[in-house]
Amino acid sequence: MNREHLRALLPFMSLAILLAAVFYMQPRAMSYFGLNLLFNLAIPVALATVAQMMILMINDIDLSIGTFVSFCACVTATFVQSDPVIGYAILAGAILVYAGMGAIIHVRKLPAIVVTLGMSFFWAGMAILILPSPGGSAPDWLRTMMTAKTPFLPVAIIAPIIIGLSMHYFVKRSALGVLLRGVGGNEQAIERSGWSVLRLKAVAYGIAGLLCVLSGMALVGLATSADANIALRYTLLSIAGVILGGGEFTGGRVSPIGAVVGALTLTLAASFLSFLHLSSDWQIGAQGAILILVLAARLIFTRREATI
Amino acid sequence: MIQNKKVIGTHEVPIITLAEVAVSFGAVKALSDVDFRIMPGECVGVVGHNGAGKSTFVNVINGRLSPTSGIVNYAGDNAQADFRNADRARTVGIRSVFQELSLCPNLTVLENLRIPYRNMPLKNWRKEAGQVVKKSLDEIFPGNGINPYSVVADLPIAERQMVEIAIAFSQRDIDARLVILDEPTSSLDGSIAEQLLSYIKRFCEEGGSIIFISHMLGEIFDVATRIVVMKDGRIIDDNLVSKFSRDTLVDAMGHVVPDTPEIQVAKKNRSFGEEVLRMENGLSARKGEIIGLAGLAGHGQAEVLAACTLARSSDWLASRNPQVVFVAGDRARDGLMPLWSIMRNLSLQTLVEFSRGFWINRIKEASLADRWHSKIGIKTDNLMNPILSLSGGNQQKVLFSRALASSAPIVVMDDPMRGVDVGTKMEVYRMIRSEAEKGRTFLWYSTETDEILECDRVFVFREGEIVSELTGDEITEDNLLRTSFAMQESIQ
Repeated sequence: MNREHLRALLPFMSLAILLAAVFYMQPRAMSYFGLNLLFNLAIPVALATVAQMMILMINDIDLSIGTFVSFCACVTATFVQSDPVIGYAILAGAILVYAGMGAIIHVRKLPAIVVTLGMSFFWAGMAILILPSPGGSAPDWLRTMMTAKTPFLPVAIIAPIIIGLSMHYFVKRSALGVLLRGVGGNEQAIERSGWSVLRLKAVAYGIAGLLCVLSGMALVGLATSADANIALRYTLLSIAGVILGGGEFTGGRVSPIGAVVGALTLTLAASFLSFLHLSSDWQIGAQGAILILVLAARLIFTRREATI
Repeated sequence: MIQNKKVIGTHEVPIITLAEVAVSFGAVKALSDVDFRIMPGECVGVVGHNGAGKSTFVNVINGRLSPTSGIVNYAGDNAQADFRNADRARTVGIRSVFQELSLCPNLTVLENLRIPYRNMPLKNWRKEAGQVVKKSLDEIFPGNGINPYSVVADLPIAERQMVEIAIAFSQRDIDARLVILDEPTSSLDGSIAEQLLSYIKRFCEEGGSIIFISHMLGEIFDVATRIVVMKDGRIIDDNLVSKFSRDTLVDAMGHVVPDTPEIQVAKKNRSFGEEVLRMENGLSARKGEIIGLAGLAGHGQAEVLAACTLARSSDWLASRNPQVVFVAGDRARDGLMPLWSIMRNLSLQTLVEFSRGFWINRIKEASLADRWHSKIGIKTDNLMNPILSLSGGNQQKVLFSRALASSAPIVVMDDPMRGVDVGTKMEVYRMIRSEAEKGRTFLWYSTETDEILECDRVFVFREGEIVSELTGDEITEDNLLRTSFAMQESIQ
């Protein structure tokens, strides 16, 4: 087993250790119902995390994911529920805006961190315009889907597996995925071979936008209502999830399955801390400590690569 | 030969023809009056010193650069003023291996084939790509043992270069007909390079063509059927390999750059002080001496300069008695503070030397700037103007003043004359010489031969090592070329 394997295994090991600790403290969590409760909020986080992964994969970073997912949740809880046509049109338009944002960042050579930070205020404002006070309701089919009683494994386990595997096939196995990762690895080489980096970047942002829309919809399906600030934490959670899952900030090195596992780990860390009866004042800090611990472990595995 | 019989693939039609091609970037002429054609089965070696226009030349051929004037013909059809030259080059089967590695390090070997192979069939592509790369690798480098499923970043540099070459020769929907290899053996060891050369010969026998750029003249003589010699953006000689010998080739590369008599006089009768610098690789310098670091660009000179500078300066504090100062060649990266005024840029190096205590001595700073303003002739009426208001040459003068104003006994210069006009160069040469006479030591890396000719002693670098040391009358363009290009392998 080489370091590369260890590195890929690390997200799974951290999840397993955390899960074991949770089961030790609360054996009743070890059930269909318990697992569903532990992980169901991880579905939207996982979707936001793979969206962030699409952006990190091409050496950019997206600081607007949190407000954008909130915006999508607000649209889902209002328009999609009352006027589905307008609702889906708004969401489709938002995906196009995302793709356009990627194109502008490339053409104007703007730093993604600045553009997405600016856009985060735009989405936050739009969300408040659509839903000034918490409320709205989930479309019935969405509610049914998110709370379905599937045989053997709860939705909260099946959904992340589906997300992880399908993104793995898209990013790691498909020809388009190779090109997108190539943009992160050596943009010049892609350009020299005659591909349009502009188009590839727009595609990456567009797919990220689509995943964020799905994340917002899943969130409404679970929470049954929305709020303009419902997903603000997702920006940082998604970045942490990608990195926790073995991804890198630059160089196009990402792992979709790892990112999903990273998202699960972060969600579980929050539950773990509540089981510890830790005062909520300390929870954010303790969550950070878990993150630092895992990243420090990864640093040991990747030190060899840094010397190349 | 029958004129009308122009069918692709026959031996009568050149793969590419350049007629009176010129490329200029602004006022700089990178290429002029280039006439060139390559027939199937030919292997053309391209040689020339730094800045001779080799890379511009190959970039016109592979279509990445469109000529400013002149005509480029791909396998018969006319593509004048067509901005899609790169597509045409690809459809004719022209492929390139660039000097700097152009693989995506985060992808696997077989995934890297996907990038240049634009119309790859999507069905089951991984398996096929793996087979294609493996076949190509085995054909060129038998016994290589590279796994097409390994990630490129995990391969050693030599294997990465092998992969890149194998991908360039790999089988795709359009067959490779002309492959441009720019220093393909730079990271390969002898036996692997030998495998490549014999593959090139086989490839040409089967009707493929190669453009081969190398600083190893032995390799050129080994594989090339024709040699093109470039200098100053022109093709100055284009002949069958049998018409050249090593000596005539070196002569052709370096036509006369006569030393000005003034320098010759200045160079004579100079005596130097004690040795002030000696490095592990053999580089040494005496007080008052101008040391040249020569050789082809990127053969380790910049690294030696950096090592020399860093070893003699503190990471933490600027010294009041600095041992060494540095003049940057890449102004934007290493030299200028683009938002600062001319004065601030000029005084940066010497702030500590001329100030006492915590505060900057503004009066001394201004007088220092004024002194150098008149001494070196910076063309501005107000030193508070932003540095970017100056021309490139004048910006470089500011960087020179910054270094020369310091009391440091050693001045390290990293190709500082890049993009500087002749007038400024002459002024700076004179100033360097007079400073040297006052006892300063200069370490001068330059890619321009006439600058190296100004030096008292020259170390020629090749592949990161000093391959020869020239002094006095030995410093000639001839000798520089002879030592910059590897000669040791004999013709078989």
